[in-house]
Amino acid sequence: MVCMICKQNEAKVHLTQMIEGKIKKVDLCEECSKAKGFDDPTGFNLADLLLGLGASQEVAQAAGGETKCSVCGFTQAAFKKSGRLGCAGCYTCFGEGLEGLLKTMHKGTRHLGKVPQSLRQGRAAQERIALLQKQLAQAIHTENFEEAARLRDELKALKEGGGGVLTA
Amino acid sequence: MNLHEFLTPPAQNAKRSGPADKTVMSSRVRLARNLKNFAFPGWAKKPERIKALETVQKAVSALPEMAGGYADSLDHLSALDKQVLVERHLISREHAANGVGSGLALSQDESLSVMINEEDHLRMQSLQPGLQLRQAWAAIDAVDTALEQRLEYAFSPELGYLTACPTNLGTGIRVSAMLHLPALVLAEQQINQIIQAVNKLGLAVRGLYGEGTEALGNVFQVSNQMTLGEAEGDIVERLSKVVAQIIEHEDNARGTLLEKKPKVVFNHIGRAYGILANAHSISSKEAMNLLSLLRLGIDLELFPGAHRALVDELFLVTQPAHLQLGYTEKLSAEERDVYRADMIRERLRTLSRPITPPTPGSALDKPDPA
Ligand SMILES: [Zn+2]
Ligand SMILES: [Zn+2]
Repeated sequence: MVCMICKQNEAKVHLTQMIEGKIKKVDLCEECSKAKGFDDPTGFNLADLLLGLGASQEVAQAAGGETKCSVCGFTQAAFKKSGRLGCAGCYTCFGEGLEGLLKTMHKGTRHLGKVPQSLRQGRAAQERIALLQKQLAQAIHTENFEEAARLRDELKALKEGGGGVLTA
Repeated sequence: MNLHEFLTPPAQNAKRSGPADKTVMSSRVRLARNLKNFAFPGWAKKPERIKALETVQKAVSALPEMAGGYADSLDHLSALDKQVLVERHLISREHAANGVGSGLALSQDESLSVMINEEDHLRMQSLQPGLQLRQAWAAIDAVDTALEQRLEYAFSPELGYLTACPTNLGTGIRVSAMLHLPALVLAEQQINQIIQAVNKLGLAVRGLYGEGTEALGNVFQVSNQMTLGEAEGDIVERLSKVVAQIIEHEDNARGTLLEKKPKVVFNHIGRAYGILANAHSISSKEAMNLLSLLRLGIDLELFPGAHRALVDELFLVTQPAHLQLGYTEKLSAEERDVYRADMIRERLRTLSRPITPPTPGSALDKPDPA
């Protein structure tokens, strides 16, 4: 078996992974595996390698018109070559094209997991506001004006005081 | 402080112990993070990289976890220093190629390491001996939470932590366990079945294969591949469960081999000892494979009084960069093979040859019923 990268040496490193129910297999010689850093598990990622071997073309095609990030100037050609993006803004600029790629390499396309505390406060505050607004509507509907006044005060305080947090 | 004065001596390093460390050599959890408003390191211009490095260095060095630790820019380290760090799993091979504008911080006990401006602005890992994936996650989670008070991360509510490579997007987490599985390899097809089963769960098994199905040193790394669409805790739990099952399979394979093919097992271990104790030139690869069998022999109590740390230390000190450390002149590959053999012979001088436990029944192993 010949190495997939250099297509010369005998492949001695065999990596397999199940992605989307399909077995993807990569065969490399030891030199190429070392050169690509696949002997280090924290650096290694099969999807990453597959990306380098052609999946990034998918992005390039899917992204259609957008060829340059408006934030950092990173180009799709560069992404195709390196499999890496230029800045956080690239995710917005190349967003459409990335979606399909993300689907093939991940379990889902929405983040489920840790959220920085500053944003967590923002999110919690937003949820609280939504809840209070619902209760306020209910209180007005049932003509419970005393309760409605209390809720209105709390909402006002939350919106004023929490403004900075919300935009954080 | 000099890196080599800082690093724990290999002998002491090998004595670190943890749960199930017979099979699980180490547990690691790594998080990828980036700064908001800075281009990713691979694309940033030099002044921007340096600014990002300084920003992160400042935040990291202020952490109480890093008190008494080591921190430096990579351009202050030699290629050999960096290779030593790679062999210790403290930096990646990619990071070893970096210089100006990249940095490293290690906690005093080396369990925490932060690579600055590797592929992402921050790559932080917790490395623990034995099976301690949950502990490793808890440790690095705490560091990350402390850092987010001081650094503004690139984060999107939909996509999570934004990383240079889309494969790390979301949680940015890589959970991995390094497993020593000699019996599953000796039991021929079993290791392949395990690898396939683990792959089906969306986890990767990495093994540097030599001839046939033999892995280098019978060491395998199991890690998650997907980082988006699943919470960190779930990924850690999934991997912990899988690793617990692999441990059970390895134990079963050891039991079955001893029962059905004791002579095959004793033959492998005896020959490994014979070569290691007497060779005058040995490659890193051959040494790893034979040391793995010696480690199995110690686990099976064929070397009364010997401890696994003896082998684990040799696993480390026979690696090319660690071997080179003992010499001022640059060694050629041939010289390294000779010095490696010299070192192993010397270390094994006091290790008696393996005992031969009585094998029940016939002197020959029973053939497989199949
Ligand atoms: Zn190759
Ligand atoms: Zn960009």
